[in-house]
Amino acid sequence: MNETTPALEAARLVLARDLRLAFRRPGELLQPLVFFAIVTTLFPLAITPQLSQLRVVAPGVVWVAALLSSLLALEFLFRDDAHDGTLEQYALSGQSLTWLLFAKTASHWLLTGLPLAVMAPLAGLSLGVPAASVPGIVVSIALGSVALSLVGAIGASLTLGVRRSSVLLSILTLPLVIPVLIFGSSATQRAIEGEDFAAPLYLLAAIAVLGITLAPLAAAAAVRISLE
Amino acid sequence: MAWTWFHRLGSPPYIYSLAARLTPWFAWPAALLILGGLYGGLIYASPDYQQGEGYRILYVHAPSAWMSLMVYTTMAISAAVGLIWRIKVAHAVAASCAAMGASFTFAALATGSLWGAPMWGTYWEWDPRLTFELILLFQFLGYMGLRAAIDDVQRADRVSAVLAIVGVVNVPIIHYSVEWWNSLHQTASVMKLSKPTMPFDMLIPLLMMFLGFTLLFVALLLTRLRAEVLSRERSAAWIREVVSA
Repeated sequence: MNETTPALEAARLVLARDLRLAFRRPGELLQPLVFFAIVTTLFPLAITPQLSQLRVVAPGVVWVAALLSSLLALEFLFRDDAHDGTLEQYALSGQSLTWLLFAKTASHWLLTGLPLAVMAPLAGLSLGVPAASVPGIVVSIALGSVALSLVGAIGASLTLGVRRSSVLLSILTLPLVIPVLIFGSSATQRAIEGEDFAAPLYLLAAIAVLGITLAPLAAAAAVRISLE
Repeated sequence: MAWTWFHRLGSPPYIYSLAARLTPWFAWPAALLILGGLYGGLIYASPDYQQGEGYRILYVHAPSAWMSLMVYTTMAISAAVGLIWRIKVAHAVAASCAAMGASFTFAALATGSLWGAPMWGTYWEWDPRLTFELILLFQFLGYMGLRAAIDDVQRADRVSAVLAIVGVVNVPIIHYSVEWWNSLHQTASVMKLSKPTMPFDMLIPLLMMFLGFTLLFVALLLTRLRAEVLSRERSAAWIREVVSA
């Protein structure tokens, strides 16, 4: 990367690199999805096999499982690149670290958020939600996971090189994403009940936009501090 | 020249002696106001026409809840000052705030839960304000956990400062999302800009408690700041003079 590479081009290259690296280890790619499937399976076993009761808790189950799966993958977002010095090279490259981290976050969303959104209806159907609610579930999880990835990137960058970082990452990130959980599960619930779910979806979109504008800046600041 | 007072605030020995001198000016008024407010609230004020004597826990609950937010804001502002202008003392202020903020938040939760027992018939209700306080407590605990996990003080300062700033941006979002999520709590009766719905004999002790808690926080902050400065500067020469004097 020389100095004349524009920021967007550099971000695109980082995104392409991260996606290529991820697809070289397809097993790891599937892990969050398998985790999501297992967690949603636990609820019928723990609560009741009756679909009429599961339908009531389905939005919460799907959203909490998606949240935890996204969190699981976050731990690896910056860790390997911090260990082998790639992040340091990014910071020294003369490129905007904000843009590069935004690209890495986008790859996290493409590799976990989007597949989760596609898979969530399957989990929902197994919990007895009507088939008509599938588009609502997909859209709300796809949009909400954008915010999850962005807020999670802040948590991942803050816990770089910290002892017991995986527990700390959860403790730092979960309180911050509570609004996403509230509006996301509310949109899913309305979709399941066949109501109009646009209002919570707009709020989710607002949070996602706020995250896109601010979260990469905070993550870049935290990465720079941890590299000092 | 006009800025010399500001630059002196960044010097640990100066802030140490200044904090020592200022503490009694906050501690004594705080003690008087809290004692007066407690007498006024627990004995003098008339019972509520609906809640009877039970509402009197308000005199501890509301100021604690107010302080929990105020301490978080103080923490975030001083962390930002420390991060932007690289002032070590500002980071020490932020570090001193965290445990106090968590305590005030816990006090607000505990009193709210005790108040809920006679009023709602349950110790815990997923009421928006209690939920908000709970999330705030988690944020304080996360901040303290992050700080404790990093050994290097300067790095811990700067990393946790980023967290505090991110958290303070998120606080209003959490507040409104929780409000929107569930509304069961009685509406605010003090903070209305029009005529307060509280009778005067109830309101005056409450305002005394608010002011008393705020001053108490400042007095405690100054004391904790001295301890924090002592521990951070323990190898500096001026500490030896202070300790031997």
